[in-house]
Amino acid sequence: MSLAFEAIDVSKRFGRVRALDGCTFVVPEGRIAGLVGPNGAGKTTLLHIAVGLNAPTSGRVEVFGKSAREDVLAVLARVGFAAQERPLYRGFTVGEMLELGRRLNARWDAAYARRWIASAGIALDQKVGTLSGGERAQVALLLALGKRPDLLLLDEPLGGLDPLARRTFLQELMSASAESGTTVILTSHEIPAIERTCDYVVILGRGRVELAGDIETVVGSHLGITAPTRYEELIKSRSTIVDAERAERQINALVRVSGDAQWPTGNGFEVRPVNLEELVLAYLRRARAERTTK
Amino acid sequence: MITFRLDERSGVPTYRQLIEQVRSAVRYGILRPGDQLPTARDAVAQLAINPNTVLKAYRELEREGVVKSFPGRGTFVTPEAPRPIARSIHEPLRRALRRWIADARRAGLDRDAVAGLLGLALRDAFEEEIA
Repeated sequence: MSLAFEAIDVSKRFGRVRALDGCTFVVPEGRIAGLVGPNGAGKTTLLHIAVGLNAPTSGRVEVFGKSAREDVLAVLARVGFAAQERPLYRGFTVGEMLELGRRLNARWDAAYARRWIASAGIALDQKVGTLSGGERAQVALLLALGKRPDLLLLDEPLGGLDPLARRTFLQELMSASAESGTTVILTSHEIPAIERTCDYVVILGRGRVELAGDIETVVGSHLGITAPTRYEELIKSRSTIVDAERAERQINALVRVSGDAQWPTGNGFEVRPVNLEELVLAYLRRARAERTTK
Repeated sequence: MITFRLDERSGVPTYRQLIEQVRSAVRYGILRPGDQLPTARDAVAQLAINPNTVLKAYRELEREGVVKSFPGRGTFVTPEAPRPIARSIHEPLRRALRRWIADARRAGLDRDAVAGLLGLALRDAFEEEIA
């Protein structure tokens, strides 16, 4: 398994603020990974470090084994990055933006870029400033895709898009990924969209990785349990409680299990599978609770 | 050719939904031996889902012998796929079910109650067989 992306004990301070705090995870090649976490968790900082827009205070980020601090050109040759703000020149036409892409990138596929824009129904002579939010998002994606990157980093690509534009954008992104096998890392708050499009997830809670791995595997190794409170010790002996709500007589827990744990049946003991959204929320709640009690 | 659709709120994993839709299309003769499934790329573009999800569903169907993939050509329903249920069998059954549902609604059951009751009856019928 070769790695497209590797964060090794990355920390970043901005003055007193610790944006990243010993952040470690990998994304294997060929994956579509969702990087999730609350605002301020350090997602953008991490992507910026990967492409050399920022330097870590300690630790390192490697892209295909290379760090942007040591060899920024080697990294940028293989990475397409679309920033959250979708920085485009409003006065340029779409065609001029593509020409800019061609001149700035050694590995630019002009035929692919034109075909892509045509299939998205965007006219080359249209001014960027007159595009809809969805069209701007597509042009920004294309500027990252046009150089046929081996790794695509997308920071909040769905932000500000209406449901239809979001759908169109994800269709384009998934087709591009199916066609080229590009590894993708995207940040988003839209967990259902991540569940649909990604096969790998990294949960970042305030500068630290709470959980990272194949989505099906991590979802499959967690369960939701609702049971009378007297069962809490039994639950703890057979699993690890990630997050729990306790009422007077009932505990409602999301737990991590290893192997095939056996559970009581009946007596109000209910076990059910969880979805990605419940999982992410449980880990983020736990992260917040740990940080506030520290 | 069929087109896939997804029920996001069902809680059923996407690849399971794709498998079930192919099985069901074969069962009702909508897909017949030799018919092609949507290419992975088309399915991905249509549904905006992860490419591996489609490949996984097709691999599972191939393992069951329902379809076979030919690299570069596509994925096709095999001659060994289960025979479709004859119209003369499923049509009357469906009509009988509709009459039963009409009775249930007249008795005041809403959609959820009807589905719940059907689920219970299914479980009784099939679990009795296992037990």
